[in-house]
Amino acid sequence: MTTTTIGSRRRQRGGGIRGREGAAGWLFISPMIIVLGLFLFIPVLMALYVSFTGWKGNGSPFQGGENAPMVGVRNYTALFTQDGLKRDNFMQSLGNNFWYVFFVVPLQTAVSFFLALIVSNRFLKGKSFFRTAFYFPSVTSSIAISVVFLFLFANSGAVNAVLEIFGIQGPAWFSDSRGLFHIFFNAVGVEDNPSWAQGEVLGRSVWEWISGPSVAMCVVIILAIWTTTGTFMLMFLAALQDLPVEVDEAAALDGVSPWQKLRFVTLPMLKPTIFLVTTLGLIGTWQVFDQIYVMGKGAPANTTLTPAFLSYKQSFTSLDYGSGAAMSFIVFLLIIALTGFQRWLMRDKDTPRRGRRGPMATSGTRSGPAAPATAVLANDEVADSGAARGTTL
Amino acid sequence: MRRTTTMGLVLVTTSALALSACGGGGFDSKSSSPQQTSGPAKLQILIGTSGDAETAAVKAAADAWSKKSGNTAEVVVASDLNQQLGQGFAGGTPPDVFYADAARIGDFAKAGNLYAYGDQVKDAGYLDSLVQTYTYDGKLQCAPKDFSTLGLIINTDLWTKAGLTDADIPKDWAGLETVAKKLTSGKVTGLVIGGEWARLGTFMLQSGGWVVSKDGKTVTADSPENVAGLTEAQKLLKSGSMKYAKQVDAGWGGEALGKGKAAMTIEGNWIRGALKNDFPDIKTKVVELPAGPAGKGTLLFSNCWGIAAKSKNQAAAVDLVKSLTSVDQQMTFAKAFGVMPSTTEGAKQYAAQFPDDAAFAAGGDYGTGPVNLAGFDPVMSAFNTDLEQLATKDPKSILATLQKNGDSALKGQ
Repeated sequence: MTTTTIGSRRRQRGGGIRGREGAAGWLFISPMIIVLGLFLFIPVLMALYVSFTGWKGNGSPFQGGENAPMVGVRNYTALFTQDGLKRDNFMQSLGNNFWYVFFVVPLQTAVSFFLALIVSNRFLKGKSFFRTAFYFPSVTSSIAISVVFLFLFANSGAVNAVLEIFGIQGPAWFSDSRGLFHIFFNAVGVEDNPSWAQGEVLGRSVWEWISGPSVAMCVVIILAIWTTTGTFMLMFLAALQDLPVEVDEAAALDGVSPWQKLRFVTLPMLKPTIFLVTTLGLIGTWQVFDQIYVMGKGAPANTTLTPAFLSYKQSFTSLDYGSGAAMSFIVFLLIIALTGFQRWLMRDKDTPRRGRRGPMATSGTRSGPAAPATAVLANDEVADSGAARGTTL
Repeated sequence: MRRTTTMGLVLVTTSALALSACGGGGFDSKSSSPQQTSGPAKLQILIGTSGDAETAAVKAAADAWSKKSGNTAEVVVASDLNQQLGQGFAGGTPPDVFYADAARIGDFAKAGNLYAYGDQVKDAGYLDSLVQTYTYDGKLQCAPKDFSTLGLIINTDLWTKAGLTDADIPKDWAGLETVAKKLTSGKVTGLVIGGEWARLGTFMLQSGGWVVSKDGKTVTADSPENVAGLTEAQKLLKSGSMKYAKQVDAGWGGEALGKGKAAMTIEGNWIRGALKNDFPDIKTKVVELPAGPAGKGTLLFSNCWGIAAKSKNQAAAVDLVKSLTSVDQQMTFAKAFGVMPSTTEGAKQYAAQFPDDAAFAAGGDYGTGPVNLAGFDPVMSAFNTDLEQLATKDPKSILATLQKNGDSALKGQ
């Protein structure tokens, strides 16, 4: 957006001492535009084109003909309307990934917020040790961590050994395809495939849709939460440290309990960061790939299959690149829709009063890593809530 | 308004970049019959290896050919063969010669990635079952490299301990049921196999069925023969005298046998090397799989030497393959890493030289290769997913799903 203002200013003034600012601006951002364009934007457009073809991975997809016939939107519609294996797998991967997101995003947000509260505590000793310790999983390679988890959760691995001390027979983690909710339903006496859950939605029965994550998927969920909380803790920590001390003191003078302070003072002020963390979490979790690739490639019984991995498999092993590309664009649209929904959900209910920007309002724009990153996704919203932050209190 | 002009500018620039990128020659403009080079060729061979022994043997063979022919051949070991091949085909620079899995032939051929040179090497006398496995669209697509078949592997110590003799070696399903039951006691399960079509498929073959018809034109998954085959396997599973490797905490049948958790397993030639390395104390005997109501049946696994349609050195590549599939060379491979020669003459020599493996070699006469039709890879892996639950699921419904998925794969959907 900055670039448009610079450009327009130049046009309005038509020269003058700031006349060359526009050109300079373009010059400065050109390396990024070229790099992003060349390695991100153009490949995305090419993939979009491929998703409309029946390319089998032979020769160039851009010359049409026999190798890459145009099939219109058939790759997309087939994933939803055509009864078959492709739809089954895709729908199952969407279901799996939904449960994954459903558990990972709230948990990682809550845990990272909780950790940030602990390590930002003024009276905690050895603060930097804990900060490093909590952040450590985030800087380790996800492949390495996945392999470690493979050993930890093996049938005779450390986790089951610890469970055995408490007399619990641990499950065969990576080969257990039972859904968590199915296990729960069975435990409360609901038989498999009850009559109320037989209806079919997009080729899968309701009973299959509500399975919850499989036991194997739970390991991936635990892994994801463990590795990502560090990064998000850092974001919360930066935001927490940016909160004005005066507000805390004012709250203390009003005699609030610690819980009230957290609920009515700290949390509302952290809203932009919460939005950032949940959005980044949502985007990251819908794209989960490397853990899946290392920890079983969809096994057992396709319950750890995710759209990102299925798209890769569809392209590179089934040589059906068009369909694979279509899957990734559907996930792309899904992420956009969900982020939009989330933005709507977390919008400011009070109309921001732009006129009364107190001194604190500016602090919203320098709240650690939150401001620049969210600006991409929701520039207006964040600026608004940042401004509102000073006034709603 | 201003925003749209900026966006327009960005779009124009990037699409101009995109167009120039495409025109830059990143892709081959001609997909069929690339220009052939003359003079000494430089070949790349991509292999998926079973271990150092295989890599070394292939390298030695390639070096020997290089010296003799004046060309050079470089052996590259793939970490993920299918993925690396897919990447090579799409990028326009595939390896000249590569291992091609029998199950992937249809996919590769349909996409136009294979140079079907079968006619030039046909007179080498390959086994009929192998020729059929690699024939797609009426053409022999590539020269079979070697093959392995499935046999019944017996732990002889447990066998004699259970009071069984050579006369008890199962000849039919009833015999198999009896010995499996006798061998099951305590921690030992009579028969432990992998829960996948690549093992359970033998039951379907023995009762006279298979996933596709002989000519590969129709899917015959829901035939009564197949139901009978899977029902027999289910019967064994339900009785507890047969278990999947996963159930006894083993990765595959060979591991279960080696750990003493299984008295018998159904595996192929590769089990020899694995047992020698990991469980040298286990004494085993290999016999042919018991016959079903329709006679003997086994599965046959194999790779062929694929030559890329985009290779610039096809003539040299064919020459290399001819030298690699010569009887002498195949016997060298057999000694190095235990695969069986793909020619009739080679198989004969192999059976003579390795009498212990005669049962494996015999499978070459009646074995059936994996389904080689295009688009069947996901179908068969979905079948595997269902077979994991064979003990509790109705074989008929498993096969009905396979039929449905297979039909739509055959239609190219």
